[in-house]
Amino acid sequence: MNALAFPILLPLFFVVLFILINSHQWARRVAIIGGTLMLGVSTYLFVQVLEQKVLVLNVGGWPAPFGISLVMDIFSGLMLLASSFIVFVITLYAHEFVRNKEVNKKFYLFFFALVMGVNGAFITGDVFNLYVWFEVMLMASFVMITMESSRHQLEGGIKYMALNLVGSLFFLAGLGLLYGKTGTLSMAHLAQLMNGGNPIQMMNLPTVLFFVAFGIKAAIFPLFFWLPSSYHTPGITVTSLFAGLLTKVGVYALIRFFTLFFVQDQEFWHTLLMILAGLTMVVGGMAASTHFETRRILSYHIISQIGYMIMGLAIYTPLAIAGAIFFTIHNMIAKTNTFLISGVINKLQGTYYLKNVGGLYRRQPFLAILFFIPAMALAGIPPLSGFFGKIMLVKAGFDSRDYLITAVAIYTGILTLYSMVKIWNEAFLKKDPDEHRKEPFQKAGWAEVLPSVLLGMASVAMGLFAAYVFEYTLEAANQLLDSSVYVEHVLKP
Amino acid sequence: MEIILALLVGILYTAGVYMLLRRSILKFIIGIIFMSNATNLLVFLAGGLAAGKPAFTETAANAASETVADPVPQALVLTAIVIGLGIVVFTLALKFRFFQETGSDDLDQLQQTDN
Repeated sequence: MNALAFPILLPLFFVVLFILINSHQWARRVAIIGGTLMLGVSTYLFVQVLEQKVLVLNVGGWPAPFGISLVMDIFSGLMLLASSFIVFVITLYAHEFVRNKEVNKKFYLFFFALVMGVNGAFITGDVFNLYVWFEVMLMASFVMITMESSRHQLEGGIKYMALNLVGSLFFLAGLGLLYGKTGTLSMAHLAQLMNGGNPIQMMNLPTVLFFVAFGIKAAIFPLFFWLPSSYHTPGITVTSLFAGLLTKVGVYALIRFFTLFFVQDQEFWHTLLMILAGLTMVVGGMAASTHFETRRILSYHIISQIGYMIMGLAIYTPLAIAGAIFFTIHNMIAKTNTFLISGVINKLQGTYYLKNVGGLYRRQPFLAILFFIPAMALAGIPPLSGFFGKIMLVKAGFDSRDYLITAVAIYTGILTLYSMVKIWNEAFLKKDPDEHRKEPFQKAGWAEVLPSVLLGMASVAMGLFAAYVFEYTLEAANQLLDSSVYVEHVLKP
Repeated sequence: MEIILALLVGILYTAGVYMLLRRSILKFIIGIIFMSNATNLLVFLAGGLAAGKPAFTETAANAASETVADPVPQALVLTAIVIGLGIVVFTLALKFRFFQETGSDDLDQLQQTDN
């Protein structure tokens, strides 16, 4: 027995609790308690997993290949820790930013349902169970994205729903064919079968279905169109949460599946992944540079950054996978932070359009610095976190002689820098186009910037102590590439 | 039996994709229903059919011979049907709210959030 069920049980407890809580004052406070507890549980589990390498909990007492097992290796542990940190920070942020009383009551209920889905997806060791957690996550996100029922939200919601539902159908179909071929859905058992003496024939059919399903979820190149047309419609708290967690779950599932048991036909799959990674980076980066609305720039920019994570998976060396994991964690932290600050800018100046804002550096230098940290981290300026993520990926690319993708990655860094400098110039440096908009000028209080301070500190810390984080990600990558440890722990408890 | 079910899955996918590509949101939802049923059948079919056999037996000897149906695909499909039901209910509610807001059922009207 271990505490592995808690990342699922704890959010479930809070979901039930929020059905009962009617006062929105209390709801906000209880949510912060929930976020703190989540962070505590994940930290505890992370320490545990570092000691024991792989944690396994066979739910219901059924032995491994027959029942559903919850499995946590270092990769899951890192992802869970990062996502819990984001959840904790967003509960702080929501305390100030979810002011609409009607929305507020339902907001936290679905917030924790979403967290439950994300956590479940990170720690499950069973393919069908992963499908169920994806659905939990999807249903909660459908409700959150259309929560205020404005025309834009409903429209964005329909687009988001349409593509993601098709994605789930692909997932389910792939799962059925996978079961038909192998007779098992336990990830460890699948890994054992696929890495065994006689590999299973015709695995590419389920693989391609899973690839499309996770590709839609992770927003890679030809499948990303739901993201930029829906992410800018809900309230900024919801957008930040989605930006931090949802696409990363897709990336997590891709890395997990393609390292653990979809290991046949590597030449074909890695070439495909590499081409798509390059296109994802460039298309996302270019689209981001054409927009003048902060949330849209940042939404396209999410896509661009997904390309780097897929690139790490495509190169498929320990350093590359470690780089992809490092980059994912860095991206969750820095990306959420930029969204949070765009929310603060909107609150101060009433718009997300860069043409209509300005002069914030003169009036709020502290806020400007808070934006500068994640923006430069995303652009990859040393000594912040993004620089080390990128340098790991670029070095892995050169080592394995994939020069083209490496060049694309470096070039996309310039596009990123351009987008970030655009926001910086327009919102902070240039003069306010409407000098007399609000007198006296409204200032962002401590409570509004505290979440950004925490995330900014995390970005800086990840850069300054990159060597330590790198050790963990490298260990996680080695564990991913050598599936025997995972299999042994799960199948022989 | 496999052939008939395989053809049915194919027809349902065809109908589903056709409906997905129509302009009406309601037809889109009908397309999702078709495709989700086709997928359920596919999972069921891929798991192997054993017509008229029980999923559980009392003795291990029966289980070893070919007298049982595999219960796992049945459980998977059952779960997937329930999830599918929830999703269809939500999509219908969403479509209804959108209709209330705009009075339109036309997917081509959905162009405001794209660029």
